[in-house]
Amino acid sequence: MRHLATTTTKRNGRGVEKPEHVRNTEEGRPVTFLEAIREALWEEMERDPTVFVLGEDIGVYGGAFKMTDGFLAAFGEERVIDTPISEAGFTGAAAGAAHMGLRPVVEMQFMDFVSCAYEPLTNYIATSRWRGAGPLPMVVRGPVGGGVRGGPFHSQNPEMAFFHTPGLKIVYPSTARDAKGLLKAAIRDDDPVLFFEHKKLYRAPALREQLPNEDYTVPIGEARVHREGRDVTIATYGMMVHESQRAADELAGEVDVEILDLRTLAPLDEAAIVESVKKTSRLLVVHEDTRTGGIAGEIAMRASEKAFEWLDAPILRVTAIDSPVPYSPPLEDYFLPQVNDIVAACRYLASY
Amino acid sequence: MAEAARSTADEPVPSDLSAAQLEEMYRYMRLTRELEQALVNLYRQNKVVGGLYRSLGQEGCAVGTAYALRRRTDGTGDVISPAIRNLGALLLMGARPVDVLRQYMARADSPTRGREQNVHFSDRDRGFIGLISHLGVMVEVMAGVALSFRIRGEDRVGLVYIGDGGTSTGGFHEGFNFAAARRLPLVLVVENNQYAYSTPVARQTAAESFVAKAPGYGVWGEQCDGNDVLAVYETTRRAVAHARAGEGAALVELMTYRRKGHAEHDAQGYVPDGEIELWEKRDPVDRFHQRLLDAGVATGARLDAIAAEARAVVDEARESAEASPLPEPDGVLGGVFADDSGRAPWTRRTPLDPHQA
Repeated sequence: MRHLATTTTKRNGRGVEKPEHVRNTEEGRPVTFLEAIREALWEEMERDPTVFVLGEDIGVYGGAFKMTDGFLAAFGEERVIDTPISEAGFTGAAAGAAHMGLRPVVEMQFMDFVSCAYEPLTNYIATSRWRGAGPLPMVVRGPVGGGVRGGPFHSQNPEMAFFHTPGLKIVYPSTARDAKGLLKAAIRDDDPVLFFEHKKLYRAPALREQLPNEDYTVPIGEARVHREGRDVTIATYGMMVHESQRAADELAGEVDVEILDLRTLAPLDEAAIVESVKKTSRLLVVHEDTRTGGIAGEIAMRASEKAFEWLDAPILRVTAIDSPVPYSPPLEDYFLPQVNDIVAACRYLASY
Repeated sequence: MAEAARSTADEPVPSDLSAAQLEEMYRYMRLTRELEQALVNLYRQNKVVGGLYRSLGQEGCAVGTAYALRRRTDGTGDVISPAIRNLGALLLMGARPVDVLRQYMARADSPTRGREQNVHFSDRDRGFIGLISHLGVMVEVMAGVALSFRIRGEDRVGLVYIGDGGTSTGGFHEGFNFAAARRLPLVLVVENNQYAYSTPVARQTAAESFVAKAPGYGVWGEQCDGNDVLAVYETTRRAVAHARAGEGAALVELMTYRRKGHAEHDAQGYVPDGEIELWEKRDPVDRFHQRLLDAGVATGARLDAIAAEARAVVDEARESAEASPLPEPDGVLGGVFADDSGRAPWTRRTPLDPHQA
């Protein structure tokens, strides 16, 4: 560690200045979702010399979405590692480095490719603490989600492939503020965390916000009431928080919708779901992920176990259809859950 | 840069090893064999809960390789990840026979508290990281261990074992290529024991050898007789020196033979007649024994005393392990996360009545 700390100090001391694109918050400028994540990464690497990033094209090129733009010059090639195209290889290697006390942050160029690392993640990494091989503090992060005409292999929401594996935490933020605070919490967490970033939120102007100019974290495992309401609870996350907000706006004066942004899928904030259901007595789950085996099933089960007698209507879900993500706009729009689907479901529940 | 030298001929006893060191190698080979014999007995008494995986005839591979490493007990030495037939390496790094016995017998005070089996356990201070059953992933993990040495500027080396069968996995390639491309201090030991469960090596690869793959990765490679513990030691020592010097990853192929089945239940019907008998004549423990006598390093009486001592160590460990309790059933709870006291839905902790929820 001594060696590493020295290198960092020297490098910064040598005057590699913090580039403008990671100074937005400290200079009072609002940031996008992507910039918030970049600031979190940068600040954690500055704060803790054991944090390092690895992934495909993240060094010289700065990442497919430019998330780590400028990092190589500031932190050096031992902490900003361009890997061979080998998701299993570098995810497994991150585990090895974590075993030795480092805190790797792995970038999946697109989260669709995390399936290549399913083996080390589910078998090795998720079980390590439990089987006595030691904690693995590491983050696997990357862009997810559709609506960007990315086709079947650059649009997936693979969270449920990992939701079923004990030992993995899954974080899926929907705002710039949460993204920054949750990524910092994930990097500081002593368990492996999968961190999902909806790529359609990366540069969305509506998500630009002024963040607190302080070192803050958002706790993993806690949902957030995005919008308070009395009539129907929508439990959702990621991009669908914003689609649900649009539906709530459309229903204003007719159905008073409460939106619960789950923020963390594993561990799931069951208490927050139950509390909201006890308040509204109606539950709609909205996710961009496909329908069968989506998190709606688990949430409905929890509501049934813990809040059955408070429910006044069946639990419904609005989701993508059970198919791969199509490429052509008319096909993808049909595939993805739409605002009018959410509106219709809320109306049905309110009038049940 | 890439070379694939070979050394299969017997060499004289290396001059840098003292008589005491040679005796130590012999002691660990004997200890491995005695411990596995004790496990066979326990297995036959149904005291081994799962399968039993033996390294009979491969003890020289495990001991010779690990002996070439910097072994420490304070977390500053070299780090290995043994495969299922590297019990000798595990012992040499500092694993206790009683821990191995408790692992096999699924006892509460085993290193994994009954959660995992056999040699699937870790001790970072002593420098070993336990494998999981999925072959190849440990090459990836150990590439990351070697990466941590590079990041911190430590002159430590990682060594990972894999069998001939494991070389066919994606993890083997992705992990080793990562280490090779970044010139990481990782030694990959391919222990070619001719069989992956029932599948002979010819069904595993079209390559003429596994060391032939070294130039393909652009790394140093060397093959040697895995049943000659001193050849194994010398070859591994060169590989480790290469890695420690910052010259990058290295591949060592050990030519050996698995004289027992994949696990104890495997009757080896797929093995041609006479093959096992042929390899019995090349037994690494017997060969080393004879060599120590021929070189005048130790007397027969001394070597017999070492064997008796190993037996006594194992007997004591066995008695201790047999007295160990099985875990309490709720020992399964906890430890999935750093803090799992809260929201994890443990089935039997969830009240059935929603009014109590």
